[in-house]
Amino acid sequence: MWRSDVMHGGALNALLLAAVVLCALSVVTSQHRARKLYIELQKQKELAQQMDVEWGQLQLEQSTWATPARVEKIAARQLQMQLPRNGQVQFIRVEPDGRTHQQP
Amino acid sequence: MNYAASAHPDITAELPGWRATALFVVLLAGLIGLFGRGAYLQVMHDDFLQEKGNARYSRVIEVIAHRGMLTDRNGEPLAVSTPVESAWASPADVEADGRQVKQLAQALGMNVEELKNRLSDTSRDFVYLKRHLPPDQASKVASLNLPGISLQREYRRYYPAGEEAAQTLGFTGMDDNGQEGLELALQERLAGKSGSQRVIKDRRGHIVEDAGSLHAPKPGSDIVLSLDSNVQHLAYRELADAVKQHKAKAGAVVVLDARSGEVLALANYPAYNPNNRSKVGSQAMRNRAIADLFEPGSTMKPFTVATAIEQGKVRPETVINTEHGVLTVGNKKIHDTHPESMLTVAQIIQKSSNVGAAKIALSMESGTLWQSLSGSGFGAQTGSNFPGEAPGRLRDARTWRPIEQATLSYGHGMSVNLLQLARAYTVFANDGELKPVSLLKLDAPATGKKVFSDSTAHTLRDMLELVVLPGGTAPLAQVAGYRVAGKTGTAHKLEGGRYINRYVASFVGFAPASNPRLIVAVMIDEPDNGQYYGGLVAAPVFSKVTGAALHALNVPNDAPLDNVIAPPADIVREEV
Repeated sequence: MWRSDVMHGGALNALLLAAVVLCALSVVTSQHRARKLYIELQKQKELAQQMDVEWGQLQLEQSTWATPARVEKIAARQLQMQLPRNGQVQFIRVEPDGRTHQQP
Repeated sequence: MNYAASAHPDITAELPGWRATALFVVLLAGLIGLFGRGAYLQVMHDDFLQEKGNARYSRVIEVIAHRGMLTDRNGEPLAVSTPVESAWASPADVEADGRQVKQLAQALGMNVEELKNRLSDTSRDFVYLKRHLPPDQASKVASLNLPGISLQREYRRYYPAGEEAAQTLGFTGMDDNGQEGLELALQERLAGKSGSQRVIKDRRGHIVEDAGSLHAPKPGSDIVLSLDSNVQHLAYRELADAVKQHKAKAGAVVVLDARSGEVLALANYPAYNPNNRSKVGSQAMRNRAIADLFEPGSTMKPFTVATAIEQGKVRPETVINTEHGVLTVGNKKIHDTHPESMLTVAQIIQKSSNVGAAKIALSMESGTLWQSLSGSGFGAQTGSNFPGEAPGRLRDARTWRPIEQATLSYGHGMSVNLLQLARAYTVFANDGELKPVSLLKLDAPATGKKVFSDSTAHTLRDMLELVVLPGGTAPLAQVAGYRVAGKTGTAHKLEGGRYINRYVASFVGFAPASNPRLIVAVMIDEPDNGQYYGGLVAAPVFSKVTGAALHALNVPNDAPLDNVIAPPADIVREEV
């Protein structure tokens, strides 16, 4: 009678022990995974920062290439462009109802 | 199990009872010992141990926050901070032979002797070798891989617009703090605050856990300015041409949005390249449009006339006897260089008659004139918050003598800065309302202060249109396709309290006159190429800047494109 009790209690203990071990291991693995993910996050953050820096540099580069002074020089000298003279410009006024009026 | 099965049952019974007790006591003592030790470490030594433990994996790292960007009203960057490397050395730790030092000097672009000098001072732990290296030089230094030589990341500010907006934007110092101009004025908002963070690092130096932020970093905010880089370029280009053509000492142009008071362009010449300031004198750094004062001259006449009209003293068609160009007030004489006997009030503005303006001014109470000049913003800060702004001088009306009241009517005996003058013209462009100026982009136009009535402002607008027509002082200010209105100014400069034969030529105007969008003020300091009248020196700059800016901003024409009437050979000279 008491033997089966012991057996019964032993099985429960073993079960609980196994559960504890399992929990402990899963804590370790999840901690590990959390750290790995955190490292990944750090890398992405660093990448984002790098890209931010690059974005700033590209913006700088773009605005340096596109300064009005440079655009003007290329338009006038290389592309032989000029401002429209008298009579080459027509203004079209669009009324709210969609009709258009040509202006001299 | 095996043991229990093989053991003889009798033996267990024969073991003496004290053994169990002794074992129990020993184990208990051990247990108590361990608990005691544990409690001791945990309670008494806790801080020390915790610190030791943390030191093995926990680090505090700095989180850098960079300086905010300055952009123009359309989002074009005007000032951007980007990381660069600075090379530094810890002289005591440097191990390099002669050849390596030579290579390093080459990579840094430095003199070998100078480099050796810097490396020889072993008493210091930290010596900058060269700051703000271009990326290619930095990578060369890094590839040499010399012990004791390191690179440090710092931020450097770049200005894509270069010299065009140099004095307006200002610049930052080596440590990326604002030193001049808007960079200084907006320092609080632009500057980022670096933060620090506690992290846990593993053996390989990877950050594995965030253990809490000590100070959150606060990146600087980006600020949108009211400047328009297109208009700024146009203003600078035309100003630079004019200053060179007239061999002038300097010049400035201000372009305001007539409706909102926003500054669309603020150009100065001579300028400097803010990206490379190694040889820049303090003169070139001055923002003359804001920090320099000059006597405005005839550009003040419209305010005198507007006050008289507002008071009902005169009407545009009232005829004034201009005394053949000479008027004696007290013991001083006021001259017109283009003498006339009779002029209407409108013609006094158109031909810029000093005698006429003086007579109108003398017909009023000094307090009334002072009130409208002061109300138009003279003698006070413009509210631009620009560092080093000079407020100008407008003396208290109670101290005016008659001659002073007379000369004030044509802008002598007071001083203004160009931004102030441009702002004052918002009263004519805006139905009598003085707008505050803003160097930052506004979401909605600021409300101004009413100085003159609508009808007075409209009357003045019509009169100022006459100035640019043949018969006026500034036909060269005309713009194809747009009606413009404005006023010339030419004033002797003061030196040591005396007027000398050097001049400031100016023109202030707005366009399109039918519905003003832009106010443009031009000031050329000491033109020295034969011409010095505002109508000849400053008006053409106004015309070019205004025409191009109106095109750039897509403002519809309010006049046929062939509206420009060639001026007669002898333009009406204005009074000086």
